[in-house]
Amino acid sequence: MQQVIQRYADRIRSAAAEKKPLRLRGGGSKDFYGQALEGEVLDTRAYAGIIAYEPTELVITVRCGTPLMELDAALRVEGQHLAFEPPHFGPGATVGGMLAAGLSGPRRQCAGAVRDFVLGVRMLDGRGDDLRFGGQVMKNVAGYDVSRPMAGSLGTLGLILEVSLKVPPLPFAEATLKLEIPQDRAIGILNHWGGKPLPISACAWAEGDLVVRLSGAASAVKAAREAIGGESIEPDQAQRFWLGIREQTDPFFRTDKPLWRLSVPSVTPPLALPGEQLIEWGGSLRWLASNADGRTIREAAAQAGGHATLFRASDKGAGVFTPLAPALAKIHRNLKQAFDPAGIFNPGRMYPDL
Amino acid sequence: MNDSFRLLDPVRQVEAVKALRAILPAEAVLYEQEDTKPYECDGLSAYRELPMAVAMPANEEQVGRILRACRELKVPVVARGAGTGLSGGALPHGKGVLLSLAKMTRILALDPVARTARVQPGVRNSAISEAAAPYGLYYAPDPSSQIACTIGGNVAENSGGVHCLKYGLTVHNVLRVRACTIEGEVVEFGNEALDAPGLDLLALVTGSEGMLAVATEITVKLVPTPETARVILAAFDNVEKAGNAAADVIAAGIIPAGLEMMDQAATRAVEEYVHAGYDLAAAALLLCESDGTAEEVEEEIARMTAVLKRSGAYDFRISRNEAERLKFWSGRKAAFSAMGRISPDYYCMDGTIPRKRLGEILMFIATLEKKYGLRCPNVFHAGDGNLHPLILFDANDPDQLRRTEAFAGEVLEKCIEVGGTITGEHGVGIEKINQMCVQFKPNELALFRAVKRAFDQEGLLNPDKNIPTLRRCAEFGRMHVRGGQLPHPELPRF
Repeated sequence: MQQVIQRYADRIRSAAAEKKPLRLRGGGSKDFYGQALEGEVLDTRAYAGIIAYEPTELVITVRCGTPLMELDAALRVEGQHLAFEPPHFGPGATVGGMLAAGLSGPRRQCAGAVRDFVLGVRMLDGRGDDLRFGGQVMKNVAGYDVSRPMAGSLGTLGLILEVSLKVPPLPFAEATLKLEIPQDRAIGILNHWGGKPLPISACAWAEGDLVVRLSGAASAVKAAREAIGGESIEPDQAQRFWLGIREQTDPFFRTDKPLWRLSVPSVTPPLALPGEQLIEWGGSLRWLASNADGRTIREAAAQAGGHATLFRASDKGAGVFTPLAPALAKIHRNLKQAFDPAGIFNPGRMYPDL
Repeated sequence: MNDSFRLLDPVRQVEAVKALRAILPAEAVLYEQEDTKPYECDGLSAYRELPMAVAMPANEEQVGRILRACRELKVPVVARGAGTGLSGGALPHGKGVLLSLAKMTRILALDPVARTARVQPGVRNSAISEAAAPYGLYYAPDPSSQIACTIGGNVAENSGGVHCLKYGLTVHNVLRVRACTIEGEVVEFGNEALDAPGLDLLALVTGSEGMLAVATEITVKLVPTPETARVILAAFDNVEKAGNAAADVIAAGIIPAGLEMMDQAATRAVEEYVHAGYDLAAAALLLCESDGTAEEVEEEIARMTAVLKRSGAYDFRISRNEAERLKFWSGRKAAFSAMGRISPDYYCMDGTIPRKRLGEILMFIATLEKKYGLRCPNVFHAGDGNLHPLILFDANDPDQLRRTEAFAGEVLEKCIEVGGTITGEHGVGIEKINQMCVQFKPNELALFRAVKRAFDQEGLLNPDKNIPTLRRCAEFGRMHVRGGQLPHPELPRF
């Protein structure tokens, strides 16, 4: 495996010398995400496999090219999981791509995001240097935390070789409930529940139906079920439903309109924007299928104190990610320079000048 | 800190004070030795240095102007909250300004529905939970110094606490940090939604020890207060068995609200002090807590008890009420103060290791106790592998201090060797800066320095902390040698 790293490092060094962009890519399941796809593909799948797994330490260390499905399966055997439920968006999804995309699924509202579970990374920077940050332990404050920001960096900082992740146990019990409720009241009640010690692990509101998942100790799930009410959904059907939300195979996502992802404070009232909406994460995540003008959508998100991402669209002219404030953009450019001085890694994937 | 002892430069001091007085009222600028003396050290009192001046801004605008002025004068700035840090992160710079955020103590907004609080950096950790309590909410990270330490300091150090295995560290509980750069520009890392566009700089600045920017406003998450909590106090006749029991609890799919361990030496020292009723014959005690709804706790305590029994606990008690729960915890929480009673000084380490190496580390510490002729009781966040061995010594005896430093250095390097880290939650500061040369390779340290420059080109924010220079590592002479290659071939060897 060291030879694979050597090969990647050589490739990076010669690309840097020639200032030729590289497109870091695993299974390509998230090619749709982000701005531009530029450069010659560097396929990360040759560096695959689980390096170490210590269930009692709640830690797994995995190579970037490992199929996400393989990781999920290994964890399931030990009764553990990726608590942030990352979407795969295709059978080819890899661990490196999951980390670089930084996307989390339905359980994010209670468990945390990808970055919250990153303990350490090994990476190649733009000089081809083999670097390790963080480690395999839960608590580590030695040096700057370079590993968490790799989550969602879209491959702009370096080639992620390995990642160590915290892997918590699967919940002892789960139940899914469905309630009929209009959007404004759904947002209100989700925030109300959020302030109570209820084991809510996911929610999805669309077209007047609020679906809520409970996870935890059997007694807590039972008590919450009684407190929340609504109609119980059979476990098989519930599992299919949450998979549909996570992987965006739910009918809501079958749309010809551009799909926007609005990340806003959970208490944000219903957004008066044309198109259809699906709400997750206790009100903090609003999916919007809409032909509305990008600027209108971004303004609505900013007004609410959040931001909007053009998640899926054939025309990305509106810009995929919300532009950064000048002071922040400057720090981004400086960091890019620090990690990737020749600017070869996934240029333009996040922002045109990054 | 004899290698960087800096004499006060009166001309620069006059310049700096003049610039600060143009921004702040007279009483918010200190420069007489008797006034700056209280700021000469933080919680790591073995290192002291008088700052050239102390500036005490009352708002963000003043922070920005102070930073801009210091940058123009090329004067280093060290930010400080309550000064409770244990690694010297807030140790002043003799030619610099100490920026005390202690006056910025307002809770700007508390939204019980959104479950967030927006606070100034000088707000005490526990003051947030106190303000949130009427709504059945609290701020989860609970470092042991929480009644005194500030949220700004918590962000700088990425502070943990006894409940962080279940509830996370500071980085998991902060939504947004508004800060001033050394250029005096206001930037926002994160936002009041669950994520922000661009790179996750919120994660990068959390735990950056005041070296990237100075926080002026912090939005934290509040979580529902658990309905109830109960703790199991389990006794073991062997330390390794207790360590394994902690692993068994986790292997059973349980994430305890708290999982703490004390060895016999620690237990004996604290029992004398707090009278918690600990079993003094036990080689190790394990505290295992469950919180949640009454039903949940009952279910979990039963599950934990079964595991601990199987894992060889010879005795255990389960708290029957809140008073008893607090009593069980009292010894663990008073461990540091108890050491202060039985020894003139103590030196607290903070290494984190993979839990399965616990037995090995404790044996190693026992051999070092003999080697250096110093006692070292152990308290341990067993759930996440974070060790706090406490070396007992007398700082008035220079030889004991020297032996203590050597002892601590060996323990930290052992932590690295077994796959852990030199600091789990106290930070590198000035204290562990030499061991950074062991934990990280030269090109990793070079990247850290490049990250620093991305925020602070001239290196004025808290210089000489956290990330060692190449020269320092070369002089320390214990760099990471990987693959037989000597690091820094470019540097002359002494």
